[in-house]
Amino acid sequence: MRSRLLALAASVALSGAADAATVMPLDRATILVGSPFDFKVEFEAKVKADEVRITVNGEDYRTALGAGTGFVEVETDKDGKELGSAVLLRGVRIAKPGRYTVEATAGNDRWSVTWEVFGTADAPKARNIIFLLGDGLSVAHRTAARLMAKGMTGGKANGRLAMDDLDRMAFIGTSATDAVATDSANTMSAYMTGHKTAVNALGVYADRTPASLDDPRVETFAEAVRRQTRKSVGLVVTSEIEDATPAAVVAHTRRRADKAEIVEMLFSVKPEVILGGGSAYFLPRAVPGSKRRDDKDFIALFREAGYALATDRDELQAIAGRDRLLGLFHPGNLDYALDRMQLKKGTVGKFPRQPGLVEMTRAALDSLSRNPDGFFLMVEGSCIDKASHPLDWERAVFDTIEFDQAVAVARQFQAAHPDTLVVVTGDHTHGMSVIGTINDDLPGDEMREKVGTYAAAGFPNYEDRDGDGYPDRVDVSRRLALFGTNGPDHYETFRPKLDGPFEPALKTQGGTYVANDKYKDVPGAVLVKGNIPKDEESGVHAVDDVVLQAAGPGAEGFKGYMEESDVYRVLADAFALGATRTVANSPAGQASAGEASAGKASAGKTPSK
Amino acid sequence: MAATSLVIDRRRLLTGAVPAAALLAARPARAAAASLTFEELYGTIGVLGLAFSDKVKALAGQEVAMRGFMAPPLKAEAAFFVLTAIPMALCPFCSSDADWPNDIVVVYLDRKQTFAPPATLIEVTGRLEVGSWTDPESGFVSLIRLTHGRFAVVGRL
Repeated sequence: MRSRLLALAASVALSGAADAATVMPLDRATILVGSPFDFKVEFEAKVKADEVRITVNGEDYRTALGAGTGFVEVETDKDGKELGSAVLLRGVRIAKPGRYTVEATAGNDRWSVTWEVFGTADAPKARNIIFLLGDGLSVAHRTAARLMAKGMTGGKANGRLAMDDLDRMAFIGTSATDAVATDSANTMSAYMTGHKTAVNALGVYADRTPASLDDPRVETFAEAVRRQTRKSVGLVVTSEIEDATPAAVVAHTRRRADKAEIVEMLFSVKPEVILGGGSAYFLPRAVPGSKRRDDKDFIALFREAGYALATDRDELQAIAGRDRLLGLFHPGNLDYALDRMQLKKGTVGKFPRQPGLVEMTRAALDSLSRNPDGFFLMVEGSCIDKASHPLDWERAVFDTIEFDQAVAVARQFQAAHPDTLVVVTGDHTHGMSVIGTINDDLPGDEMREKVGTYAAAGFPNYEDRDGDGYPDRVDVSRRLALFGTNGPDHYETFRPKLDGPFEPALKTQGGTYVANDKYKDVPGAVLVKGNIPKDEESGVHAVDDVVLQAAGPGAEGFKGYMEESDVYRVLADAFALGATRTVANSPAGQASAGEASAGKASAGKTPSK
Repeated sequence: MAATSLVIDRRRLLTGAVPAAALLAARPARAAAASLTFEELYGTIGVLGLAFSDKVKALAGQEVAMRGFMAPPLKAEAAFFVLTAIPMALCPFCSSDADWPNDIVVVYLDRKQTFAPPATLIEVTGRLEVGSWTDPESGFVSLIRLTHGRFAVVGRL
């Protein structure tokens, strides 16, 4: 799929100016004033250093950006083929807000871009930000969560989700720099840096060289918070902590799969609270279960750095309130909420005492709120997306309800601490809709005859007798009819997958995916032919807008249609990250995270492939 | 870029389909080998790592037979593959979003061989090797391996 898109992009480029250089940050980039970023110009041909002319608002770039020439004689692709010359400057800053036009020429190569460097308020509006992201959270996930958890009578919901009462909202565009379609790396990266980037990229612009760790970097939100404030930073997720969304808060790589390196970047920023899965990338390679290729022991390194460690919910309770928490509750992703709480499928048998998102959010707030300077907490309902890919809609909705309960915890905290901005959003959507109910009591031999549409749908009969906010069972006789718009060949069973997470398709030796026969004999199962390329193993992300909601100081900045990169600006403004000040009493020798990690990159780190 | 070229590699590499008949050439497992199951691999399973079972420690260096599924390989033909307890829906070699399960066994064959379809149960016989080893060609790190491996198809799932 992506190779076809690349070919298309190349032909478009060729039909325009044949010798167009690429300037990064790209045209129309928005840049936080004073934030460090890497500047790169890629020329299409090999040129001489003295041919290069680059100006920033008419001024020579070396003066304007206050750095050297950064001239790279030639860059090569993975086969050693020459790609042309380049200019690369690491960690430059622009001190004044305004529009900046960059013009680059060398030989026949020329290109011009305009950036907007934006400032912020001088004084922060909020002491704390709690940024809650439902991975893949679409409108249908919310609707289904409300119907399943609260019920409905006479067409009116019997209760409200916590996210229903956030008072500001915006529609958010999620597309990448290289495609209308998108993934969790570039989307969260746009939220967390203010710069849009390419699919699979985190905290960098995607350059043309094959190495994944050398691409031009931009500052992440956690790095900006470190540079400008003494606030604490926290990450709470149900995925691996190295997964794209949490990684985007701290990391710089073209390739989200560089998980071992992402742990190193996490260690360099050192968020005070780190709770989630993904311990396999913290263990040295000699330990069975490790996914590292080196001997670094990040469990030991974090402990030496003063972190208290928890590996299950009891240990998390025991260390709650400590200054620095490292909670790793699974070698990979935590199990789905439905499996953790009710079905005990997946890997719950092996890891029976995993905490949930709500407990982790509480523990994080307990710890972070002890910092009088405030905090930034990112909470991700990671597995809404992970269940939506394999079309396992009940699991996706159950994780949405759990995510909403974490939103409720954030709102309770906000009620007691009104100087807190709460933002609830998704990073992209899925092609999923609620179309009615599936009613086992309707007549008919085929399951499709039991799909209640329009008036025949009635209302679902989920129950929450124990009052925990979750339906007591998902396999009720009149359940929500949830269908996806896309997917591989698979069997539609019209029922929740009680035996374990759905695996709709399996790979064949030809590299294509075929319907998983395991579900063939489920009573009433029908084969659904796929409508996306046969090498896609699961449903894909939708390009539909995301709905963002927010409440608290600064929330008025969210309105209308916004790009994900615009959301960063509201967050930066809430913390006044563009104010002309530094951390007055920052401990000596504490370099900003952006500089520290940029320095590390230039030390010749070998990229992994 | 690295991520994109990986995807292109995946498309190109996977177009070479393996005729199912080629699998019949695989020799059946030897009867003498001790049997070992995925469930028997680890004594303890924890967030901070796994520990091999006493049975694995006792069988190290000996011929064993294991049943499992061949993970989608990176190339149509190679001298090693990954054996998993359940069929893999994803190819962690090819997809940047996929990852290996914790309980995998790497199998080294004496010679390059075409592979079994992913949903096919196979039995592998080989010498059990335990301890960290990094494949010099692929950089793939394994802690438990079957070397001089041979495999036979047991049946479709």
